[in-house]
Amino acid sequence: MNISNKDPLLDLEHISKRFGGLQALKDVALTLYPGEVLALAGDNGAGKSTLIKTISGVHKPDTGTIKYCGQVIHLETPHQARDAGIETIYQDLAIADNLDVGGNVFLGREIVKRICGLPFVDRRRMRQEALETLQDLDIHIHHPENPLRSLSGGQRQSVAIGRAIHWKARVLIMDEPTAALGVPEQRKVMEIIERLKKSGVGVIFISHNLNDIFQVSDRILVLRRGEKVGERLISETNHDEVVRMMVAG
Amino acid sequence: MLVEKKITKPAPLAGGEARKAFRWLAVLAAFRAWLFLAILLAAFELWARVAYGGTFVFNPLNVKSIALFTVTPLLLALGQTFVIISGGIDLSVGFTMGLSAVVTAHVYNWAAQSGNSGLSLVVAVAAGLGIAVVPGLINGLLIADLRVPPFIGTLGMYGVARGVAFLLAKGTTVPVQGGLMGAIGNGETLGFPNLVLLTIAIILVMHYLLSHTRYGQHIYAIGGNVNAALRAGINVRNATIALYILSALSAGCAGIFYTAKFSAGAAQAGEPVLLDSIAAVVIGGASLFGGSGTIIGTIIGALIVAVIQYGLVFVNVEPFWQFVAVGVVIIISVLVDQIQKGARK
Ligand SMILES: Nc1ncnc2c1ncn2[C@@H]1O[C@H](COP(=O)(O)OP(=O)(O)O)[C@@H](O)[C@H]1O
Ligand SMILES: [Mg+2]
Repeated sequence: MNISNKDPLLDLEHISKRFGGLQALKDVALTLYPGEVLALAGDNGAGKSTLIKTISGVHKPDTGTIKYCGQVIHLETPHQARDAGIETIYQDLAIADNLDVGGNVFLGREIVKRICGLPFVDRRRMRQEALETLQDLDIHIHHPENPLRSLSGGQRQSVAIGRAIHWKARVLIMDEPTAALGVPEQRKVMEIIERLKKSGVGVIFISHNLNDIFQVSDRILVLRRGEKVGERLISETNHDEVVRMMVAG
Repeated sequence: MLVEKKITKPAPLAGGEARKAFRWLAVLAAFRAWLFLAILLAAFELWARVAYGGTFVFNPLNVKSIALFTVTPLLLALGQTFVIISGGIDLSVGFTMGLSAVVTAHVYNWAAQSGNSGLSLVVAVAAGLGIAVVPGLINGLLIADLRVPPFIGTLGMYGVARGVAFLLAKGTTVPVQGGLMGAIGNGETLGFPNLVLLTIAIILVMHYLLSHTRYGQHIYAIGGNVNAALRAGINVRNATIALYILSALSAGCAGIFYTAKFSAGAAQAGEPVLLDSIAAVVIGGASLFGGSGTIIGTIIGALIVAVIQYGLVFVNVEPFWQFVAVGVVIIISVLVDQIQKGARK
């Protein structure tokens, strides 16, 4: 793995965030390279979600800089982050489960064809293009014309990932992507992450499951009470050391 | 700020048997409106044959009457369909219709002094639609900007529109002077009542908007998951305001049609129709939880309401039973929807 000779996608320095009297993040640094999977680990309340929310434009950090593709950016809203190519996959927020795959992937950016000058939403083409993107990620949807509510949780999540990729996300952030899924579906999400990695997307994912982390990540960053207490290449650490960092620092 | 949701474990998969039964139920539920309409028509047909030795369905007079019966509740229901799909409700449409009817009558009378009845008609229709926009816009602003729950906001507007309509009508009906309004309202073209033809044109526009435009797609998304819609960059605020204006406009059309049909505007024109219109939408398969519904379904729903009402008169049942019947049908439809939702979980 020779990621060091590429320029980082994300480069965060000295990030601090305070909620009232609570120091949620304290002088945290984070780097993410293209084609790299970075795992965020830490106990409950360690600041993992807060950290990714500063990257996805939900929270503004009190101090520190965020560089994206070499440039300092100031994200005011999640929209700005997404437009820039930083996409966050949430468990519940991304999908309108009364729409089909095409409707979801193209939500807000529907394809329109003209018939006698009148615009008509082109459902067939949206479905086709959505399925093509999903196929590239090895995601297969059996009845693509059905609303997503008939799909499993994992498949819905795949559609959300597919949507991000279709719109050229370069950084994909997943907060506990496998928490609500059964075992086969967890495995599927891990496979998708592998594929994303190959296509050069940078992935940050939060997980409590060390097996998942060790399976797909290249690097792990451990937070404790808002501080970065360790960072290791996965190839150079083990479960025990990570657990020690999480609880003891 | 985005809220992190509690995560629940997925339920164990239902067995094959249960799944098959559920699929049948789902098909049945999807076609329940058609089925119900067919059963109703068959029942009244049977009654007609047995009691009079005549026919109910194949009598053109009955068909025409039912079509005319359907017009008003359907017009209110068309806009209501959009609102309900978005997860809202518009309780003010009945009196928006009354307001529109009264204003149309007044403005027609005022404009008719010029002696040009064609022009008066155009001005009156514009005024009827224009006045409808006012309660619609206020509803939209209340709901989209001030976060008033649709049920409460539009209930308030129900009171306001009602009061203003009665004030403008001075507590009575406003007769229309001159014949063009009434001639169009009661006339026919190629054997079809004008109001029915105009309603069909409005249906086509509404169906196009809902099922074929990006706006329609966004309304479904808002009803399905408003957070997903927001995240996708949809302007939910403007879409919501447009919804309530659309609903008010469709009620405004009903008001104008009322004035044309009866050659008089009346504040209470739409009062009994609110329930019918909501009934039409939910019987037609829209979920009061938002996210589903179609114009076709609403048309079937409105036909069901009209057939019940006209049919009960036809078989000489006390007219007040209509309210009971429509109320019961609403409750059953919502129950079916509830059960369907529960089965999915
Ligand atoms: N919006 C907020 N307002 C106030 N406190 C918050 C907010 N978000 C998170 N916190 C607090 O910040 C700390 C870190 O939270 P979080 O980043 O969610 O931790 P993690 O995701 O690692 O479990 C917690 O103590 C939490 O209660
Ligand atoms: Mg968290």
